[in-house]
Amino acid sequence: MPKVTYIQPDGVETTLDARDGDSVMETAVKNGVRGIVAECGGACACATCHVFVDDAFAAKVGEPGPLEDDMLDGAASDRQATSRLSCQIKMNDDLDGLIVRIAPEQV
Amino acid sequence: MTDVLIVGAGQAGMQIAVSLRDNGFEGRIELVGEEPHGPYQRPPLSKAFLHGAADIESLELRSPSFYVDNKIVVVPDEKVLKVDLSGERGLATTDTGREIHFDKMALATGSTPRRLPTEGAELDGVLYLRGIADAVELKKRWDAAANVVVIGGGFIGLEVAAGARMDGKQVTVLEAMDRLIARAVSPETSEFYRAAHERRGTSVRLNAKITRLVGEGGAVTGVELEGGEVIPADIVMVGIGVIARGELADQLGLETVNGAIVVNEFAETSDPRVVAAGDAVLLPHPLGGDAQVRLESVQNAVDQAKTAAKTLAGVREPYRAVPWFWSDQADLKLQIAGLSTGYDQTVVRGTPDDESFSVLYYRAGRLIAIDSVNAVSDYMAVRKALGSGSTIPAEQATNLETPLKTLVVE
Ligand SMILES: Cc1cc2nc3c(=O)[nH]c(=O)nc-3n(C[C@H](O)[C@H](O)[C@H](O)COP(=O)(O)OP(=O)(O)OC[C@H]3O[C@@H](n4cnc5c(N)ncnc54)[C@H](O)[C@@H]3O)c2cc1C
Ligand code: FES
Repeated sequence: MPKVTYIQPDGVETTLDARDGDSVMETAVKNGVRGIVAECGGACACATCHVFVDDAFAAKVGEPGPLEDDMLDGAASDRQATSRLSCQIKMNDDLDGLIVRIAPEQV
Repeated sequence: MTDVLIVGAGQAGMQIAVSLRDNGFEGRIELVGEEPHGPYQRPPLSKAFLHGAADIESLELRSPSFYVDNKIVVVPDEKVLKVDLSGERGLATTDTGREIHFDKMALATGSTPRRLPTEGAELDGVLYLRGIADAVELKKRWDAAANVVVIGGGFIGLEVAAGARMDGKQVTVLEAMDRLIARAVSPETSEFYRAAHERRGTSVRLNAKITRLVGEGGAVTGVELEGGEVIPADIVMVGIGVIARGELADQLGLETVNGAIVVNEFAETSDPRVVAAGDAVLLPHPLGGDAQVRLESVQNAVDQAKTAAKTLAGVREPYRAVPWFWSDQADLKLQIAGLSTGYDQTVVRGTPDDESFSVLYYRAGRLIAIDSVNAVSDYMAVRKALGSGSTIPAEQATNLETPLKTLVVE
């Protein structure tokens, strides 16, 4: 199972095993990682699952799609270069070790 | 210590349990649900699930270990049949004969699809869609079905219609009213969806008058319309609205309206020991005012549940939230923010035929809601504006050159 690490705005880290194909958001929410609100449950409709992808993984994770891109523009925390909606990042072995920082404001 | 019993292990029930812990509540929390699953999300059932893009495990709202870690006792497959509040402590009895004692209770019983009151409605192949069991039933017949008739042009019906059409089926939507999704959106948005579904090859019949469903050997084969025309159907999917599940509230003599449990802005029912949230309730408009509304959305289930949990934990905080909703039909993403009820003006931004546009709703000159179709920036701008009590001047909103977020004023 690929691992993913979440860093809270206050620096607290949580590392979880992700089910292959589950999103970075699902993995967090199902295990109660705080700060990822994910009100729409992954439909790319709420922008409350905003994360900043660690630079080392930015290329592997890739760019947001057009819809996600517009959602990010309206996210509660200002977007950064590696901003993504975590419901749109699906975990696989390629992303093993992924590190994301959780955006401070989600709602 | 206080013991809380939550009846209904759905979106709202789960959120009440989680938010109780978030608010530092240390008493016992028991979450009882009649479905054989722990809490899960319903929206994918009419979307990704039909195409095999979501499995049952992926619908789970939390992992089983989460509940254990947070000392939330989840009891699936058990229905609460009776509640008694006449003693010092409350007492609930379930269909297994088990008795549960509690101090406070949350009703998060959701809603149930309205049944078709038509001859032939009991035929095999006439389906409803509320839970995993319904979705599994629908999926079992999906591949073999060439003709799908959807009765009711609301969100769930249209989502299933879009999915069936994408999978190459002959699809007919029968709507009794003169437009689609009439309860929730303006005529402009309704007309857009009629045209968009027709463009994708679905036949949309408005003002449809169904006389009966016809079948062979107990299985449905078609839907007969007034005048005698029969539309062939291997599956008839009925989506004609839902009824709030207020049975237990009625039993307790709590105030209900058409089954919906009446709550105040703190999610309290007419008995101070009982809160309620989600599809099952009738609540004060979450942006203030006198109106009472029913909201059937994930957003409301989640946000109202948070209020209910605070109330149970002794924190007085009224429910204030911008209602929002989405519906995915084929490649069309509808996003709604605010409540359009009582609007007196609409402004269309963009061209519906381009399949990217928004309808802004105004009341007495102030923005109250938006429907956006594939126009995410408009939606996000309005959601934020409504959240901060701001507006966007109607006369400027049509100018596509200017992003809506730059037009927001007090
Ligand atoms: C197919 C479908 C698609 C949807 N799509 C969207 C969408 O795209 N966007 C959106 O915002 N919303 C959507 N919704 C609506 C959303 O899912 C609901 O508003 C939400 O689930 C309401 O949550 P709830 O907790 O009030 O009710 P539910 O999630 O229905 O939970 C109530 C639970 O209580 C149980 N229960 C009832 N009575 C008892 C009892 N006496 N004892 C034990 N258990 C009991 C029920 O079995 C049920 O499991 C959709 C709904 C459906 C069915
Ligand atoms: S969970 Fe809603 S956009 Fe990601």
